[in-house]
Amino acid sequence: MTMVFDDRGEETAEFPVRRIKFTINGEKKIAEVEPRLLLSHLIRQGLRLTGTHMGCDTTNCGACTVLVDGRAVKSCTMLAVQVDGHSVETVEGLATASELHPLQEGFREEHGLQCGFCTPGMMMAAKSLLEANPDPTEEEVRWALSGNLCRCTGYQNIVKSVLWAASKMRAASGE
Amino acid sequence: MSQAVDEIKIGGLGASRKRVEDSRFIRGKGNYTDDIVLPGMLHMEILRSPLAHARIRSIDASKAWDIPGVQLVLTGDMMATRNLAWMPTLSYDTQAVLATDKVRFQGQEVACVIADDPYIAKDACEAIVVDYEPLPAIVNPIQAVADGAPVIRDDKENQPDNVIYNWEVGDSAGTDRAFADADLVSKLQLHYPRSHPSPIECCGSIADFNRATSKLTVYMTTQAPHIIRAAVAMVAELPEHMIRIISPDIGGGFGNKVPVYPGYVCSILASILLERPVKWIEDKSGNLISTGFARDIYLDGEVALRRDGKILGVRMHCDADHGAFFSDAQPSKFKIGLLHSAFAAYDIPAAHLTARGTYSNKAPGGVAYRCSFRVTEAMFFQERMIQAAADDLGMDQADFRRMNFVRDDQFPHRTPFGFLTDSGQYAKCLDVGLKAIDYEAFRREQAEARARGRLLGLGISTMTEPLGAGNSREYDILGIKMFDSADLKVHMTGKAIVRTGAKTQGQGHETTWAQIVAHELGIPAEDVVVEEGDTDTAPFGMGTYASRSTPVAGAAVAMVSRKIRAKCRKLAAHLLEVSEEDVEWELGRFYVRSAPDRGVTIQECAVAAYSNMPDGMEPGLENTAYYDPPNLTWPFAVYIVTVEVDPKSGVWDVLKMVAVDDCGVRINPMIVEGQIMGGLTEAYAMSNMQFITFDADGNCVGANYMDYLLPTAWETPGFELHSEVVTPCPHHPIGAKGIGECAAVGGPAAFVNAVMDALSGTGVRNIDMPLLPDRVWEAITYRRDVSGAPPVRSDD
Repeated sequence: MTMVFDDRGEETAEFPVRRIKFTINGEKKIAEVEPRLLLSHLIRQGLRLTGTHMGCDTTNCGACTVLVDGRAVKSCTMLAVQVDGHSVETVEGLATASELHPLQEGFREEHGLQCGFCTPGMMMAAKSLLEANPDPTEEEVRWALSGNLCRCTGYQNIVKSVLWAASKMRAASGE
Repeated sequence: MSQAVDEIKIGGLGASRKRVEDSRFIRGKGNYTDDIVLPGMLHMEILRSPLAHARIRSIDASKAWDIPGVQLVLTGDMMATRNLAWMPTLSYDTQAVLATDKVRFQGQEVACVIADDPYIAKDACEAIVVDYEPLPAIVNPIQAVADGAPVIRDDKENQPDNVIYNWEVGDSAGTDRAFADADLVSKLQLHYPRSHPSPIECCGSIADFNRATSKLTVYMTTQAPHIIRAAVAMVAELPEHMIRIISPDIGGGFGNKVPVYPGYVCSILASILLERPVKWIEDKSGNLISTGFARDIYLDGEVALRRDGKILGVRMHCDADHGAFFSDAQPSKFKIGLLHSAFAAYDIPAAHLTARGTYSNKAPGGVAYRCSFRVTEAMFFQERMIQAAADDLGMDQADFRRMNFVRDDQFPHRTPFGFLTDSGQYAKCLDVGLKAIDYEAFRREQAEARARGRLLGLGISTMTEPLGAGNSREYDILGIKMFDSADLKVHMTGKAIVRTGAKTQGQGHETTWAQIVAHELGIPAEDVVVEEGDTDTAPFGMGTYASRSTPVAGAAVAMVSRKIRAKCRKLAAHLLEVSEEDVEWELGRFYVRSAPDRGVTIQECAVAAYSNMPDGMEPGLENTAYYDPPNLTWPFAVYIVTVEVDPKSGVWDVLKMVAVDDCGVRINPMIVEGQIMGGLTEAYAMSNMQFITFDADGNCVGANYMDYLLPTAWETPGFELHSEVVTPCPHHPIGAKGIGECAAVGGPAAFVNAVMDALSGTGVRNIDMPLLPDRVWEAITYRRDVSGAPPVRSDD
């Protein structure tokens, strides 16, 4: 990222920059960031991965949920410098070139989305759940998603979507 | 034998077709306003007032200008030099763009900074020093009309007080007679609290003025792009053909994204001044404290009753708190929206409604939050009054409603406030709902539980909602008639693109409009692409809100498809070498009446339109339809909830909820059910937790998601949906009625009625929404009603 400022003949302002190394969706990256830069802004503006949405800025809505080292994290409340040396996964990392992730299929099959704004965060939170608990109950899904707000669906179909994905993933792993 | 295509197979009417738009959303490839980056783009932040009511002594922005990376600081005085400090609202009032004389609500826009980076713009906002002289704040209609109340809108001539309007509808004398004849009068006072639609995506815009072409392009979060274009033409004094509004993917609207907000206007002016694209993305607090709120109405209601249960008349007085500027987005003829749709499902001889709107030091709005212009309040008041009336009579809740419903053989029916309803099977819907909840069994269980000290309750709510404004005779916004439009282009290969004047925000238009084309023409839905939201390409329409998309734009899609079919019939006659009168239609195919095997498909007709048209026929296969609906559509629903209230904590849990929606013909049942579940959840939210209130100084309580509670997957109950009752709309081309809002409109009263039913016998007549545990506990413990109205100052 390059910043160009107007030269007003004054002392050049100091812009503290930190160099960080991290992995995003399996690709290694180096970035130079202001220490105050939010992780969500690094992802959206620095990496141009705009599937991670920002809804509330206060860690309530969960639209910005990503995985850091496999754990669901709200990226609006984490600083970019904190992922130095860590691995970040976003919604763009879910599908391969030829295949959707079962969660993506599940959300489409069970009508688990309407406006789509909360969907990436929902799917990432669900991915974190299913990696820890491949066979969750409806109640466990509801609890795992309780940090993510949706205003369109009423959650019933989101829960079904996650259970659909869990079932497919279990079948694929031969259980 | 028929050779028609199979409608469900091609994704036509009634197919629960998977959504087209999902393929981009599940991949994180949506294109929301904040995702768009233009070359040279700058970023705008807004400085907001910390006070609810204060005179501005001075604004010193010099330190903000000094911050490297700051390109422009806008203040009200600078806007005023361009005649842009104030803008017209959609309700013939004015609204400050940036404050000049006073701030009139907490969160009002005071200044804007445009900088290279949003972080720099935020820093610079903090460097602006505003000197305020605080004034007393008004936070409810009682204070607004009190003697000696400060006049909030001293900017307006002929505005000596805080009253915006006095409005009435109905039969005053007839209602007086009904009350004189009554055996019993049931009275109820309610407050429907202020709420906020609060889509997860906040509002935002990217204005891009190109000096070389004089064209202004604005990407923005709007549910009504063409209305915005008209408003921008008025405000910015640019010619309409030089304005292009693009509404990309929208992260939920619910009415919040209909009005024109100061942020949009400031980003446009900044782009014109700087000749660079300027992006403004609101944060959540900004969204919650400054953009269109909903509700905030007080009711004084009375029902005149005959001893046997017959309703003789209804009297309603409503006080509406509109905030600092009257900026409701609603049909101009009706000052308090369609609140007079109340009691439309009941056969009532006489009714009278008076309404008074007042200013307060709160955010402006009164948007139709998931409803058709205050129908939510109408249905809530109606069903709370019905419950109280039945209780006062000692009658069963279901029997009382059934006795007073408009009967199936009474349509068309003139409602007590003058609407014309055209269809419905109200008693049948109620019966389906009662059976699903197992009414008799629950009443027995309730009585047994009561004997053991447990509080169970059952709440019924019914609703009929006037959806799909216009007709154009009665409905307009700023004089623009409320019709809608569709444009259909069928390509040579039989594939097609349809564009409408509506704008989807999650309702799935990209899926369902194609299904209507499939139903009318037999072209598979997957061969039809839908595009909306670009004023340079879409036909003029009034946008998506008030559940008007299917009733109006959806009807236009059917009508334009029929125009295409009419031309194809001529092409088919030409291809089959028979006269047009000898050609018959079945889905996807024309054939010769006397020789049904001789036919041509719709796709073959499309090829002919470009390659083999008869002499004298204009080539091509495209058309546009503007649809002016003859009437509103009137869906009906019954919602029944059972709850258990914990008397020790005031916490209540939903045991079961059933929803019986009759919205006529369902285009895509899966999507319809999704809409209903979403609406029920918002209804639950409003009844249980979701409200915005203010302290006596006008500080907004509910300015972020820590204070403004929205239900999560954890709290939200499950819903049982019923679709057994289908009464097609008699005037809609495919028999559909609106559905997107019904559950949010009719749902809240079901929850509240259930809790009040659980409290029956305690003498508690009302608890205002939301039914927070402390309110329910207070009602049970002290056996008294609990009001939710914002406080007046203790030192007043």
